[in-house]
Amino acid sequence: MLSLKLAFKNLLGAGLRTWLNVLALSFAFVLIIFYNGMIDGWNRQAQRDTAAWETGVGQFWHPAYDKYDPFTIEDSHAPISEDILKEIENKTLAPVLVSQATAYPQGRAMSVTLRGIDPEQEVLELPSSKLPQSDGIDYAIIGKSMAHSANLEVGDKLLLRWRDKNGTFDAREVEIADVFKCDVPSVDNGQVYIALSNLQEMLAMENEATLLVAGETFEMRELEGWDFKDNEFLLADLQAIIDSKKMGGSVLQGLLLIIALIAIFDTQVLSIFRRQKEIGTYIALGMTRAQVVGIFTVEGGAHSILAILLGAAYGIPLLLLLNKNGIGMGYAEDMAFDIPVAEAIFPYYSFRLILMTIMIVVVTATIVSYLPARKISKMKPTEALKGKLQ
Amino acid sequence: MKKIMITLLMTAIVLGLNAQEAKEILETVDKNMSSKNRIFESDMVIHGRRSSRTITSKTYSEGDKQSFTEYLSPAREQGTKMLKQENKLWIYSPSTDRIIQISGHMLRQSVMGSDLSFEDMMDDRKLTDIYNATIAGHEEIEGRDTYILDLAAIVDDVAYHSQRLWVDSERFVPLKQEMFAKSGKLLKRTTLSDVQKVQGRWFPMTMVYKDMLKDGKGTEFRISSAKFDQDIPEYIFTKAALKQ
Repeated sequence: MLSLKLAFKNLLGAGLRTWLNVLALSFAFVLIIFYNGMIDGWNRQAQRDTAAWETGVGQFWHPAYDKYDPFTIEDSHAPISEDILKEIENKTLAPVLVSQATAYPQGRAMSVTLRGIDPEQEVLELPSSKLPQSDGIDYAIIGKSMAHSANLEVGDKLLLRWRDKNGTFDAREVEIADVFKCDVPSVDNGQVYIALSNLQEMLAMENEATLLVAGETFEMRELEGWDFKDNEFLLADLQAIIDSKKMGGSVLQGLLLIIALIAIFDTQVLSIFRRQKEIGTYIALGMTRAQVVGIFTVEGGAHSILAILLGAAYGIPLLLLLNKNGIGMGYAEDMAFDIPVAEAIFPYYSFRLILMTIMIVVVTATIVSYLPARKISKMKPTEALKGKLQ
Repeated sequence: MKKIMITLLMTAIVLGLNAQEAKEILETVDKNMSSKNRIFESDMVIHGRRSSRTITSKTYSEGDKQSFTEYLSPAREQGTKMLKQENKLWIYSPSTDRIIQISGHMLRQSVMGSDLSFEDMMDDRKLTDIYNATIAGHEEIEGRDTYILDLAAIVDDVAYHSQRLWVDSERFVPLKQEMFAKSGKLLKRTTLSDVQKVQGRWFPMTMVYKDMLKDGKGTEFRISSAKFDQDIPEYIFTKAALKQ
């Protein structure tokens, strides 16, 4: 307790030098929380959006289907059984039929993926209900990014060419019924959504699907002839991207932390050099060398406590403001990277994140304070009292 | 009643003869156009929006199952090789020294910016194997009389549900070909010209392919040398040949 009192007294007594160190360390502290909070917030949003728009609580794939292998799409379709049809009627499963095609917007050719979706499904947030089925016209819905790259608007006609299950070419014009805004690129880029029954008829695959998306109300069980893929599997790519972003960010945070710690280290070395008489006095008063090392270590480490308090003073309002308003990312019109990015990212500061950051700052500041203080244990008290250089 | 019966009988006989004649025409076309194997040297003229470019290549093909193409010029494409085996297609790029298999949506991409997609190059079976023909009439093209044949698919696994073929009535070489989707939409048009006698058969040395859904002038394919039924070493149609 005595050492803590002494430490704070000495620190505050050092004035500007202490506050410069504390300010540098507090920047590192706030930045670590901000960056990781942003990544965590992005991760949570991306996972939530992907689940809401694409994966549900998991998907049942046709055994031959592999979304990373276009070779498999041709053979990945199977009839929907009576048992599954009941689940579809109850809105617990949403069937999706996948096929590849070529779209011809304004006389250009571009590869697209056709996705047949039940207009009445409620499992995914896709506005599939905007796919009218009864007036003899084929309708499609597309995402904003797809609409941008193909220069399409609601009401425009899009010519599609595809091969049916026998490999025979067919072509038809569809009318764009809706352009939806979605932050998940794999739901948007190059995807054209058509009513499931229409696509089944177009591909000559009556009552067939490539995959089934499970909704929250689906009672999880095995479906014969379909392989279940949970969200851990379906979102593995996203997790890998987030992990690599975190790793990249940690380099920057580490550098900032090192700069602040070097300043503390430097201050400690200077203190021990300039305060030899004080050290000699402590020992003369009966303190052991370890106790004196302790005083100096606590004094250095106390920088981190002050940094946390200062960081909290300006960081809490700032981070809360960012949390409330979000960090604008702009709509990723090009969606150059295949990563779900929302228009604004709302950082998420978990208790674990804050606790871990406090621990890192306190422990590292204490270690760099201890390293120069070890010199005290080798000092001769008599020489120290005289203030002689050792 | 008797008159109706005679009329129906005559119609059936005429239609039967028509179908028979159309089949014979198509068989003769197949004889002209197909061979055990062939070696072509050709120039492919691709018309872009601003300019045109020419790609020279040498192609070895055997039946409809395997073919090997090496691009000879321009310098940017030189050394690029393509191998087709059954329904698989590999491409070798010398700049990356890699062989990649063309699949899925990539098969729908055009070959070097032309109006031909990779999958167009995958299907070249004999017309008589996959279509039933009927004569729809006659028409003159470039001063030559042609039969107009309507082809309807007789097998399920065919790329084009129907075709219309204009066949030179003397040389039995198609001078124009239109391919239709199941919906009846015109997808591709090929115009064939510069018919020459090569090793006893008539063969069109210039073909213009046009993707009718896409804007543009199409892609011209000029054969500078055609050899049929040659001795092609078997290794040519292997992946190992791509890197040689």
